[in-house]
Amino acid sequence: MKNNRRDFLKNMLLTSGGLVIGFNSLANSDAEIISMENIKDELLSNAFLTIDSNNIITIFSPNPEIGQGIKTAFAVIVAEELDVDWEKVVVKQADLDIKRFERQLTGGSGAIKHSWERLRKAGATGRYALVAAAAKKWNVSATTLKTDKGFVINDKGEKLSYGELVNDAVSVEIPKEIPLKSNKEFKLIGQTIKSVDNKTVLTGKAKYGMDYKQAGMLYAQIVRPQGFGQTLKDFDATEAKKIDGVIDVISFKDKVAIIGKSNWPIMKARKVLTINWTNTKELESDQKHNQIFTDLMKNGPFELRRKDGDVEKAFAEAHKIIEAEYQCPFLSHSPMEPMNFFADVKKDSVKLVGPTQTPQSAQNQVSKLLNIPVENITVELTKMGGGFGRRLNNDYALEAAEVSSLIKAPVKLMWTREDDMSGGIYRPAVRYKFKASIDKAGNVTGFALKGVGLNAGNSTRQDNFPVGAIDNVLVESADYKSDITTGPWRAPITNFLAYAEQAFIDEIAFAAGKDPVKLRLELLKKAIEKPVGKITYEPARFEKVITTVAERAKWGSAKKGLHQGFSVYFSHNSYVAQIAEVEMKKGKPTLKKVFAVTDCGIVINQSGARNQIYGAIVDGLGHAMYGNLNFENGAPKQTNFDQYRLIRFNEVPEIDAYFVDNGIDPTGLGEPALPPTGGALANAIFKATGKRLYKQPFAQEDEKVAEIL
Amino acid sequence: MSEYSLSINGKKLKVDVSEDTPLLWVLRDTLDLTGTKYGCGMAQCGACTIHIDGMPTRSCVTPVTLAIGKEITTIEGLSENGDHPVQQAWDTLDVPQCGFCQSGQMMTAAALLKENPNPDEEEISMAMSAHICRCGTYHRINEAVKLAAKLQKR
Repeated sequence: MKNNRRDFLKNMLLTSGGLVIGFNSLANSDAEIISMENIKDELLSNAFLTIDSNNIITIFSPNPEIGQGIKTAFAVIVAEELDVDWEKVVVKQADLDIKRFERQLTGGSGAIKHSWERLRKAGATGRYALVAAAAKKWNVSATTLKTDKGFVINDKGEKLSYGELVNDAVSVEIPKEIPLKSNKEFKLIGQTIKSVDNKTVLTGKAKYGMDYKQAGMLYAQIVRPQGFGQTLKDFDATEAKKIDGVIDVISFKDKVAIIGKSNWPIMKARKVLTINWTNTKELESDQKHNQIFTDLMKNGPFELRRKDGDVEKAFAEAHKIIEAEYQCPFLSHSPMEPMNFFADVKKDSVKLVGPTQTPQSAQNQVSKLLNIPVENITVELTKMGGGFGRRLNNDYALEAAEVSSLIKAPVKLMWTREDDMSGGIYRPAVRYKFKASIDKAGNVTGFALKGVGLNAGNSTRQDNFPVGAIDNVLVESADYKSDITTGPWRAPITNFLAYAEQAFIDEIAFAAGKDPVKLRLELLKKAIEKPVGKITYEPARFEKVITTVAERAKWGSAKKGLHQGFSVYFSHNSYVAQIAEVEMKKGKPTLKKVFAVTDCGIVINQSGARNQIYGAIVDGLGHAMYGNLNFENGAPKQTNFDQYRLIRFNEVPEIDAYFVDNGIDPTGLGEPALPPTGGALANAIFKATGKRLYKQPFAQEDEKVAEIL
Repeated sequence: MSEYSLSINGKKLKVDVSEDTPLLWVLRDTLDLTGTKYGCGMAQCGACTIHIDGMPTRSCVTPVTLAIGKEITTIEGLSENGDHPVQQAWDTLDVPQCGFCQSGQMMTAAALLKENPNPDEEEISMAMSAHICRCGTYHRINEAVKLAAKLQKR
């Protein structure tokens, strides 16, 4: 059997009466011919798309689903080009398979942008082959045929189902260029499509990582050092081991693991386990963090991130200087499903099952940890109760593997909520100092940003707007290596930086006597006409979301008693502008509404897209208002939802979500709508109360706005 | 460890657990009814909500002994075919994102609508604010409760 394929095609083969289309993970490698003998269950279960002779179309979604809707969106794209009946499509979560899939991870809102063309080609290739097969059968030209809902239809109105054609379709020669639909021809893309997982989720049948079980499996929980910077001295498990259902208590790497037959005995054992920890150094606290930040901001050492023109000269010649410092705390990700993982470590193989945003990294890390080759490590992806970036880090999967290897049994490791909140990998704490200069005409002549963080890496995004629109720019960052572990949190860095930037631009506008929206449009005009240095955003797309949201919210002519705050951000390749409306009644501010206008190019699924916009705004509001971890003796004071306040049902404002659907290839939506929210809120609060908020959480910064939601 | 007889989703089941075991862990670890979720263990998030004699109850803080002689309903038993008005409404409006909190949300909504078939905004808010949805699906939950109230009348 001969296959003439393009780079993305792995194979398109006859399989026990069906058609299989897969990807080639090595984009430009030579076409690989897979012989019939090798097409076994393994291929079927990991292929990208199968059509069987009963007309059942199965689409495999390789990317981890954490609630961002990728499993549905991916399938919609393939189904669109294949032209099948959506109701007949079965979507399955694929397990990790680095040979067949590429970029099998969830992070950076990048999956749609990355896979858009690949997915379309996969679907279109199938459709091409099926049409060609039908053409041969009917002895007509393929151009006289059309497809609809899983059928090829000829000009007499006769129909052949895809299932009837698959056996012939496999021998069709695939040309180099596969024609794709034009946007106008889309039938599914852009519609309102429900999540493919609703049925199982809504009946309690969906299996999340925490729900996974295997015969003979034991349960484990781990007690980690109470404070970051502590090590294990010793422990006494005499009492703990007496509890019915507790099997063993072991230690590794400054951790104590309790193994049991189920979770509750383990939880009881934790209460009677005596552990002594050693302080190897001074443990961190809010107070110490304050000192570190002050020192860092003053003395650095700073790393230069971007320099355009001469900012010092601009400041020296300024008509006015505006300066402000913003502070952001550590945050917990707190997905609803706490960390957990299943591991079954055998002598030379490992089975891993659980919730992770980066399955390949879990495989690699476990391989290194246990010195077992990656080929012998399988990673099965479960449904996940949220991620928000926390599951990019596989620390808990490694722990599960280590415990399983030590006790030589399959084990399910579970973190309690307290473990989850005190176990680290937080959004780093960061502070920013902004300085800007304006000339007599109110033009921004200089812009400087210093970002300092605790394990934040580069806490700036040096190429972000308004950089590129200002002649003199200096961006620097400094970082402190803290004992407190950090990691990416939904829209890393920009989840806070955007608020600081957008609040500061608002402050510049007021100092320059300009309308905040007009100032941004002026700057973007400059970025188009006389750009300064490298520009990573498209100013015209920026302008469009700004003018559209201003129109929808009637910016500048809001009703009496309503105060509007504006914010806009280019995040993860999408553009989102927001206007928050705060109502003042008897001196009491209330957030009434948030308008959001998004340009993510083509909207694949209206329902999924709107879910992401709403969710990101709610997330942004909640964390800007309440999110906070305080530290004492190296440990966070907040350990559960009684102290770590998350936004609730009664606190969400009305949301108006609008998409600028401009037909441009789509970009992601998991993160982009979150960054602008804090800024829109802060700027609306300023309009309503006259007070600028420089520190999150806002509820603690100003008690007047504590009840604004 | 002691043996307890429980009535769950219309079935009589025997479990052998210690008397202080929260129902949540009996359901999840012992009976494999994993639709009821663990989220916080301290009745803050509502992910573990079940019905005991029709009352929405946080199974994470309810010891097994309190359920003896009572009828327990979990998400798996809310309806026979997954077509309780609340489940239908949640599907129609495509409420879930990650979905982890939704079984608890639906159990509370179902109990609310049984007790009060015509809840107003305030009453819906009172009931549903006892839950946390980290994905922020609150707007759709609100619409879904209202839609379920309509579907229930048919």
